[in-house]
Amino acid sequence: MTYTHLLHLALPEVIIVITSVIVLAVDLLILRNSATKTRFTAASLLATLGCAAAICHLVYAPQRANLLNGVFLSNPLINSVQIILLVLSIFILLLSSDSTFTDHVGEFVTLILFATIGMMFLVATEDLLVLFLSLELLSLSLYILTAFDKLNPRSSEAALKYFLFGAMSAAFLLFGFSLFYGFANSTSFAQIAAAIHAAPLNPIVVIAIVTTLVGFGFKVAAVPFHFWAPDVYQAAPIPAATFIASSSKVASFFIFFKFMTIALNGASGGAAWMHFATGWTPALALIAAASMILGNLVAIRQTSVRRLLAYSAIAHAGYMLLAIVAHTPQSLSALLYYVTTYALTTIGAFAIVGVVEQQTGSDHLSSFNGLSRRAPILSACLFVFMLSLAGIPPLAGFFGKFFLFVAVISTPGLVWLAILAIAGSAVSLYYYLQVLKRAYVTNPDDDAPLKTPPFTQLVIVLLAASVILFGCVPNLLIH
Amino acid sequence: MLAWTIYISFLAALLLLLLPKNSAAAARLLALLAAIAGFAVALTAFIHHRTGELLTITRIPWIPSLGIEYHLAADGISLCLVLLTGIVAIAGILFSWNIEHRTKEFFAFYLLLIGSVYGVFLSYDLFLLFVFYEIVIIPKYFLIAIWGSTRKEYGAMKLALYSFVGSAMVLIGLIAAYVTSGIHTMSLTRLAQAHFSPHFQLMAFPLVFIGFAILAGLWPFHTWAPTGHVAAPTAASMLLAGVVMKLGAYGCLRVAMTLFPLGLSPWGFHILGLGSWRDVFAILAIIGIIYGASVALVQKDFKFVIGYSSVSHMGFILLGLMTLNQIGLSGAIIQMFSHGILAGLLFATVGRMVYDRTHTRDLNILGPMNLNKAIPFAAITFVIAGMASMGLPGFSGFVAELMILIGAWRAFPILALCVGLGILIGIVYVWRAMQKAFFADATHGEAVTNDHHTSSTEALPPITLPERLGALLLIATSVTIGLYPQILLKLIVPALNSPLFDGIRRGSWQ
Repeated sequence: MTYTHLLHLALPEVIIVITSVIVLAVDLLILRNSATKTRFTAASLLATLGCAAAICHLVYAPQRANLLNGVFLSNPLINSVQIILLVLSIFILLLSSDSTFTDHVGEFVTLILFATIGMMFLVATEDLLVLFLSLELLSLSLYILTAFDKLNPRSSEAALKYFLFGAMSAAFLLFGFSLFYGFANSTSFAQIAAAIHAAPLNPIVVIAIVTTLVGFGFKVAAVPFHFWAPDVYQAAPIPAATFIASSSKVASFFIFFKFMTIALNGASGGAAWMHFATGWTPALALIAAASMILGNLVAIRQTSVRRLLAYSAIAHAGYMLLAIVAHTPQSLSALLYYVTTYALTTIGAFAIVGVVEQQTGSDHLSSFNGLSRRAPILSACLFVFMLSLAGIPPLAGFFGKFFLFVAVISTPGLVWLAILAIAGSAVSLYYYLQVLKRAYVTNPDDDAPLKTPPFTQLVIVLLAASVILFGCVPNLLIH
Repeated sequence: MLAWTIYISFLAALLLLLLPKNSAAAARLLALLAAIAGFAVALTAFIHHRTGELLTITRIPWIPSLGIEYHLAADGISLCLVLLTGIVAIAGILFSWNIEHRTKEFFAFYLLLIGSVYGVFLSYDLFLLFVFYEIVIIPKYFLIAIWGSTRKEYGAMKLALYSFVGSAMVLIGLIAAYVTSGIHTMSLTRLAQAHFSPHFQLMAFPLVFIGFAILAGLWPFHTWAPTGHVAAPTAASMLLAGVVMKLGAYGCLRVAMTLFPLGLSPWGFHILGLGSWRDVFAILAIIGIIYGASVALVQKDFKFVIGYSSVSHMGFILLGLMTLNQIGLSGAIIQMFSHGILAGLLFATVGRMVYDRTHTRDLNILGPMNLNKAIPFAAITFVIAGMASMGLPGFSGFVAELMILIGAWRAFPILALCVGLGILIGIVYVWRAMQKAFFADATHGEAVTNDHHTSSTEALPPITLPERLGALLLIATSVTIGLYPQILLKLIVPALNSPLFDGIRRGSWQ
């Protein structure tokens, strides 16, 4: 194996790195004195091109490789997850092309690309060290992105909160990983699995499992590691919040699933009702149950739509954790379908919140009053996104839930979790309808039509169409 | 062909949204045309229907990895309810001719609702059925929340959440059945022959049955019904009582009872004299009949009278289902049809003819208005609808309730006597409402008529042509079925004898 070989394998990531350098150079050297909006448009278009090039490479020259016992992998599943991540990044970049909140345009877009690179490495590894490095690349980029709106003190506050929680959870994760390393004498998932098979539930392993769960639980915003989420969702600049809510979730859930099922398969235990067996599944089942209950109940009381989406994200994280608890091949495909469609829907919902916020100055529920008359197309898309999140057929969110619940109920003993999840989604209809009620039922406070940037509107409509399409023809996504 | 009932409604709903602003007249016409087209398609299918045939309309794989198909089909029962939907849809549009506020959206939601209702009645794949069943919830919510009256947002949300909780229970039951059967299909016909273990059926049956029965107004889960009906605009309450509640009853029969017939078998022990889920639900149905009727008896709000009467009549349907004999089951389906028509007519009279003119539904205020003189057509319609709903011979209600009573007499002789009580109260509350709302002056003499009231009655606008047409359509249907129930029976009875209902037959006609 030579470096050229390595570079060749990691070409998609390399393309993104080069793109980010170009973006930075173009923005700082050429466009320095242009209007912020132009700079944003140029930077995000350049970045989009880079992502598109990486996607083309992944589609037309797929590789199959396993370097150094899992340090870097490439196979069809990983490639498709990377494509999904890149597509999500493209959507976020396109939606940020109209932003004006900062002068440091090049840096902002570059950070989004860095985070994307982090995610791409994250999903392509089965090694603790690379996992941790790429997770930190992702997280650090996200902390900075959160703080980027310097004119808004709450943005900095949220970023600080996010960073402190994040640093703490990274410490937990690293501690857990070091224990695994000490136990298995290797950082590779496969070696750890072998060591755990030889001696399951060694006290060291138990401690390591707990600390790792804390670390991952933080990344996916599961209760009780969720405290950062509402503040970050509320105060971060819209593209940053969207990124955290969508693609970072996809990557984190994928690697979470892989780590749990490959490395810790020998210590899974059992989460069947009243027959808990020691291992990580019962712990994860409790985390999932708590997330579903707390997320759904607290979301009911929210008046800020961004916070509402944050708590609903916690509930959705709870549903998705069920797929990890079930840990069957079927549940992996259910999880990927769910998290992908969820990410698309969330990007759309955040984009609409962004437009409304820009025009009315707030993301309070009352800003949405009479949206159906002020911006009919936008509110039709909101209709699709909210109902998809609530799980109403024939939208993608419903099928995601359906596949997930089938996977969970197929696993013996987990019916109680599925019942809890279905009850939770019944509750969730209430608060999603609250948003739609504002848009469709309540009369507008101000009759002036809402000005939506045409390009943003196009992207939002595209997202809504894809949510409907994946709902009517779910086969498209199930590989 | 029959599938076009669904597509026409959805397409028309989409077209309505694309109409330019301020085209209320065009929107009404388009909606009416779509409803008539849907009905025409249903009628054609009805005429071409061969007795006992299971008409497969479309059957293509949808999600092959899960064995889910896009499978539309119709047997006699589906056809019966599709016809009902067609008639009520037309009548509902005729009675909402006066909607001026956001007309386009109103009819778009309305047709979305109609299309999904057709979809539920025609689905033979349980997944597809569930999809349509859930789509129904959303237009219902917005129809009530935007165009409703009294406490509309509360009523709408209550309705949406009750429905959603019901469908969540159904979803758990369906996934459990799918996973347990192990045959990797959601097809109704194949799952019905899956032979689930009796233990599983005893658990799954009540879950799915109650899930659907919530929407059918089963006591004590009926509370959404009166508030929802009262809050809804006329056309929406017609649809709610007329067809949406039937979705619940249809689901009970088509899904819960067909998939899990052994769920109705005895538990093997008795609690409070109840020995099976069949007993439990029969008792609940009878409580619903009597409770609904008694509460209707003391209402001051005219629409609440009708709202509670719906609970009472839906009790008959559920009781009919629980008799498990052919006559009771056929009676239940005819009652679905009959109540769909009559509830539509009653809500139209109260909501459109009376409330939209007088702007009150308080029986004590309506009384002195001399409505039988001011709007005689409304009075006559209500008398006819009331008589039909009491179960007077010659109307569809009579046939249906008689059949259910005979069925109930065979199955539960003592309980059938209690039903008689419910029918008696039924006569009283209709009579009371009729007298208070329309003929108060006849009983109280001249005393209550004063200048103020006479002037207000004179100002009432006359009954419009669409209203007359709608009322005539519904009355004619009810009388036709009442005089010649064979039209429906020849659809229903062969369908009940089809292999699909083997399980129920084996359970009851041992």
